Amino acid sequence: MVGGAVRFESLSDFFHMGGHGVYIWVAYGLTMVVLAANIWWPVMVRRKVIRSGKLAMLKVINSQKLEKKS
Amino acid sequence: MFNWLHRLGSSKIFFEISGRWQVSLLSLSLLMLAGGSVWALLFVPPDYQQGNSVRIMYIHVPAAILAQSGYVMMAGAAAIFLIWRIKLADIAVKCIAPVGASITFLALVTGAIWGKPTWGAWWVWDARLTSTLVLFFLYVGVIALRAAMERQASAGRACAILALVGVVNLPVIKFSVEWWYTLHQPASFSLMEKPAMPAEMWLPLLVMVFAFYLFFFAILILRIRNEILVREKNADWVKRWLEVR
Amino acid sequence: MNLFFASVQRDLLVHFRHPSEVLNPLVFFIVVISLFPLGIGPEPGQLKEIAPGIVWVAALLATLMSMDSMFRSDFEDGSLEQVVLSEQSTFTFVLAKVVSHWLLSGLPLVLLMPLAALLLFLDEAGVWALTLSLLLVSPTLSLLGGIGAALTVGLPRGGLLVTILVMPFYVPVLVFATAMVHAAEAGSDTIGYVYSLLAILFGSLCLAPIATAAALNLATDQ
Repeated sequence: MVGGAVRFESLSDFFHMGGHGVYIWVAYGLTMVVLAANIWWPVMVRRKVIRSGKLAMLKVINSQKLEKKS
Repeated sequence: MFNWLHRLGSSKIFFEISGRWQVSLLSLSLLMLAGGSVWALLFVPPDYQQGNSVRIMYIHVPAAILAQSGYVMMAGAAAIFLIWRIKLADIAVKCIAPVGASITFLALVTGAIWGKPTWGAWWVWDARLTSTLVLFFLYVGVIALRAAMERQASAGRACAILALVGVVNLPVIKFSVEWWYTLHQPASFSLMEKPAMPAEMWLPLLVMVFAFYLFFFAILILRIRNEILVREKNADWVKRWLEVR
Repeated sequence: MNLFFASVQRDLLVHFRHPSEVLNPLVFFIVVISLFPLGIGPEPGQLKEIAPGIVWVAALLATLMSMDSMFRSDFEDGSLEQVVLSEQSTFTFVLAKVVSHWLLSGLPLVLLMPLAALLLFLDEAGVWALTLSLLLVSPTLSLLGGIGAALTVGLPRGGLLVTILVMPFYVPVLVFATAMVHAAEAGSDTIGYVYSLLAILFGSLCLAPIATAAALNLATDQ
């Protein structure tokens, strides 16, 4: 297999983890979920903030245009 | 000197500088997290007593360390806000709380998952897990107070006071919980307190701790930037920045 | 000094005229304790074993129940603002409030200890230790709780929030107090615990009112 230092004989050994597979994979999976959520949330908020910011600016421009017309 | 400090606390300058570094910081942290995880999963020898479940340590311990130092950082920012009224510090307090809480949650759950194959129970009231639980409540308190006071001008200062009271209590709480556990400890040793670890076990741990810290700062920067955009939305430089997006 | 005694006197007078605010937490205390035998079983051995914990948790909850009213009525009628904005020391005012709160909630709880001990089959050593521990700790509970009460005084439903905010700070107190009672029941020396609880009390006495006063300043700043 890749490099003699890997601690598992086969891929199925790797997933099985000597009987502790469920725990390890749930733990690492949960970690990925938490970290991904921590990235996703601020990214989503950022999009909202930019959108509402541009909207606010458009409103100001529109009301200024209306003022100029009248 | 205070001039420099105030410049450093300028939201605009923070925004500009962080903008240049946020992507590389996040990428580096994700790379290190991936690398450290691969190292922990594939190359670390299984423990003599715990077998392969020791690999969970490489998430639980960094998360637990970060959970605690996150609170201390939050309290530091709170102190800066109360003393020097630097608004960026208030933003930092607001942004650290939810991230710290989620990391603490992660530490709690991975601790429980680690405990099951090791001790046979999903939850044990050992010193570390119990004080992590109390730490979680401390974070929740700060978040709850801010949520309750959202529309009030003094919300920042109230949360800052609470964070400082919390950080002063934190060593007392930790000490009392650890002492409490020695009174009630069923076993004569704690499996989660490992004695001297060989390098092949603590090197990847170091990598993961560092990776978690980098990730923390990367996420914090994302959140702080959002908050700055919201608070300074009437500033010219924000409007110019928005135009280019 | 005048402010201190005037404040305490006024709080005591007000509460003697409206005793329900004082009595409710006490009744709650007894009710909570009574629920445990119903939930766990009436066996004396079992209850005696966990009695210190039950009594202490009930005491903490009862204290938190009464905490909300520490500053609220003063806030609502505007007298809080008067005191904070005046030249008088807010620190002294906070101390006065803590004292009156303790006299009205902590001290009655201490006096209820024998009843609680009776309900849960605590023996004599246990009763003494329990009473002493509560006596030493209840001022601390009022001091620390005052911080939470001051932080949430302006909020409409601050009561439950105070519980969430203050509970972590009560953990060390709970740990040492119940350990003291267990030690007393086992016959060992409790003086170490007394020192620890006194240390926590004096530490809180010095530091908590600072935070409470700061929070009151915030609340009246609006």
